[in-house]
Amino acid sequence: MKVLTFGIAKDIVGGPEMDIPYSEGMSVLALKKAVLKNYPQFEKLNSLAIAVNNEYADDDLQIRPTDEVVLIPPVSGG
Amino acid sequence: MEKKIDIQISDKPLSEQTCLEFVAHPGAGGIVNFIGTVRNQTKGKAVIKLEFEAYVPMAISEMRKIAERTFQQWPVQKMAIHHRVGTLTIGEIAVIISVACPHRKAAFDACSFAIDTLKETVPIWKKEFFENGAVWVAAHP
Repeated sequence: MKVLTFGIAKDIVGGPEMDIPYSEGMSVLALKKAVLKNYPQFEKLNSLAIAVNNEYADDDLQIRPTDEVVLIPPVSGG
Repeated sequence: MEKKIDIQISDKPLSEQTCLEFVAHPGAGGIVNFIGTVRNQTKGKAVIKLEFEAYVPMAISEMRKIAERTFQQWPVQKMAIHHRVGTLTIGEIAVIISVACPHRKAAFDACSFAIDTLKETVPIWKKEFFENGAVWVAAHP
């Protein structure tokens, strides 16, 4: 599954997206755990959210293969 | 129906005049315009430039949600939220929030709520460049 990255997440991953193995019915929490396993540097951030189809996603949301999934590190606009 | 909310993300310099013209309303008694600018230092370290990056479709959607919430909580007549992306130098405008209300108190409160919430929820990231390095703002404790 392709996961898009922005800000510091892009620096940690080394590019604008990362590949995480997808399994049917995978939850947002499972995705977060897979990201942390592959890139332990994310543990050091103030927060790590996941957006699914342009909305902040709860941990128990199930990801579908067609969803647009994005890592949201701590935001700092304004 | 007349458009009441104007949300924009742009890599071109922002215009307070454009925002003020958008929010102009015959029933308005107070217009508050917040302008966020690039400061020349952070905790005593000289800042050379900033870079803003946005996840644009979600950032626009989150900014629209903020505007809609202000309309629910205060008697807002019109509102504009414009955010810049790309490379900015000292003094340049990063964000403009303009709010028109019948009276000033609601306009101040709604504008303050909008910028506070934007900083918490909108997927935009700021990188500060110093003479000897750069950091993504707020990323680490």
